[in-house]
Amino acid sequence: MSFLRELSEARGVSGHEGEVRTLIFGKIRNLVDEYRVDALGNLITLRKARVHADRPVPKKVMLAAHMDEIGLMITEVAKNGLLRFSPVGGIDPRLMLAQKVLVGDKKIPGVVGVKPIHQLKPEDMKQILRHDQLGIDIGATSESQAEGQARVGDYATFDTAYEELGEVAKGKAFDDRAGCAVLMELLKADYPFDLYAVFTVQEEVGLRGSRVAAYAVEPDCAIALEGTVCDDLPKKKDISPTTRLGAGPAITVMDHTFIAHQGMLRHIVNVAEKNGIPYQFKQPGIGGTDAGAIHTAKEGVPSVTVAVPCRYIHSPVLLLSLKDLENTVALVRETLRTLTADIIRPE
Amino acid sequence: MDCKAFLQRLSEAPGISGYEQVIREMVTEEFQKYADDIRTDKMGSVIALRRGQGPEPRRRILLAGHMDEIGMMVSKIEEGFLHIAEVGGIDARILPGLEVMVHGKKDLPGIVGTRPPHVQSPGERERVTPMDELLVDVGLSPEEVGRWVRVGDLVSFRRPFTALQGDWAAGKAFDDRVGVVVVGAALANLADSWKHSWDVYGVATCQEEVTFMGAITTAYGIRPDIGIAIDVTFGSMTESGDAETYAMGGGPGIGYGPNVHPKVYEMLVETAKALEIPYQVEALPRGSGTDAWEIQVSREGVPTGVIGVPLRYMHTPVETVCMKDIERAGRLLAGFIARLDDKTMEQLTPRLDAESGS
Repeated sequence: MSFLRELSEARGVSGHEGEVRTLIFGKIRNLVDEYRVDALGNLITLRKARVHADRPVPKKVMLAAHMDEIGLMITEVAKNGLLRFSPVGGIDPRLMLAQKVLVGDKKIPGVVGVKPIHQLKPEDMKQILRHDQLGIDIGATSESQAEGQARVGDYATFDTAYEELGEVAKGKAFDDRAGCAVLMELLKADYPFDLYAVFTVQEEVGLRGSRVAAYAVEPDCAIALEGTVCDDLPKKKDISPTTRLGAGPAITVMDHTFIAHQGMLRHIVNVAEKNGIPYQFKQPGIGGTDAGAIHTAKEGVPSVTVAVPCRYIHSPVLLLSLKDLENTVALVRETLRTLTADIIRPE
Repeated sequence: MDCKAFLQRLSEAPGISGYEQVIREMVTEEFQKYADDIRTDKMGSVIALRRGQGPEPRRRILLAGHMDEIGMMVSKIEEGFLHIAEVGGIDARILPGLEVMVHGKKDLPGIVGTRPPHVQSPGERERVTPMDELLVDVGLSPEEVGRWVRVGDLVSFRRPFTALQGDWAAGKAFDDRVGVVVVGAALANLADSWKHSWDVYGVATCQEEVTFMGAITTAYGIRPDIGIAIDVTFGSMTESGDAETYAMGGGPGIGYGPNVHPKVYEMLVETAKALEIPYQVEALPRGSGTDAWEIQVSREGVPTGVIGVPLRYMHTPVETVCMKDIERAGRLLAGFIARLDDKTMEQLTPRLDAESGS
């Protein structure tokens, strides 16, 4: 998927998604009939129906993929030149140590260091350092020197290079640039209904963009496209890996934010089985997605989430299977092309 | 010599204790430009010799920077994921989420994996994951992993060199590739600008981080009259140093304490003052934690010195240094070496007839 590298390396923390939006728009403008950017920054595009259906189909289908990634915001320039920060979205503070980041639109490089082991007592090494106990070092030794390069309010992103290791891709922000890549691919096909491809903002800070976009679009049904939890490392306890890398697109039955529409769920599974596309069910009760906000818009929207499993989600470096990505595109494309109105009618 | 370019090359290459071959080649290629003779000894240290201009037999000074870095080793393979053990001292808290390179039959990029917060219980989130519970993921199937990786393979930090503000830099293995660069800079400075009567042995030692083996064996083999270890020291987080940390950009630390010969210390300080090179006094109340610890007790004993370049975040892949301090250390050592003459050894021996009479 040629766009995945650019999408992964583009920088757009929740609230500052412009660079990603511009990148995506540049690539899909010839695939959509209408487009606009709303008050929060969502990129709402429409690809009108291009094929005829021989059975009743929904009028409007919304697909959502979020452009924002987790990152940091500078909260203080300390007297010693270090930048204090707060996470934007959920970041386990244990993952911040020894990381490299880029600060602000100028991409000023910085590192998050820790006191050397030689100066620590054994008890110190059992202590988890919280975000507010860390600092980004850009090589400035005073407040004034740092202020020339970085300011309170600047966003910082992890500096992870995209790479392909055989069938697996490594990079940052696959949650949810993988979903964006899937959505961009889906725009290349023809459907018997109006397809609203919405690249949402601010999912990571509370499903904010998708909420207002769903209200404006008022779709008949929706599919959220995501990167999702994949915890398939060996562990002592016999518990679910949530999803497994390489086992195919992961379909949400239920998570913290919504219960998938039964009819759509059945339809997707039928499509997968009929077409021999591997799929898995995401372990119920884990995480949340834009479908959580979309399904309660106005009088409600039947929704489901289909996601690409990503190891080390919400960390600076993720892994996904390129095969899973391909299969996610195939599954959703076929699901859409065979979608009929009776599927979303209540039971 | 372009210190920054040399440091970048050295930093980005792998060279964990005992497996320094890639670094060895780079060091040999660079040091031979300034040396009359260069060889690798039987245990793996690189020894470059610049002959002095004094009459034979000439005195010898040894400059040692260690070329090995800390890292990890595969201790067990479980379902295609790799358990790791440390080689040298690593704070396990830094490992989750780091990129690494697994040096199996071929080099495989990998990640130190973690469980996502969504599935951890509050108790788990408050706990530091110990190293024996961490796993390295190279993104391959268990069969593929079995083909390329086995227990005992080395795993190094993978971190590109980064230029920061003010001619600072951050990267992995600055401990002690910085020291190796300083040794090279000293040799280059001598070649460029100084006459010296002593023979100069510029050495990149191996295996400092675990056993100081390179220092022990090269000091024995070279039999220096003075030995100086160049390593990194704790860089301060504030503008000036505080207890046991040294200001970044404040100049190299000149060590003082039982592991340093007081006259060698004095001569280094005099040189710094004469050449107007900023320096800091590095208090070393016990050992220095450097190759000097072993050099000092080689054979019948060797007068030693310690130069410490201030470094933040030691033993992490974001070690941070001020390039100026590296250049200063190189000039300081070259100037020091130029002052060594046939009276130096006499001056190093404490006088007995000072105050108390005969």
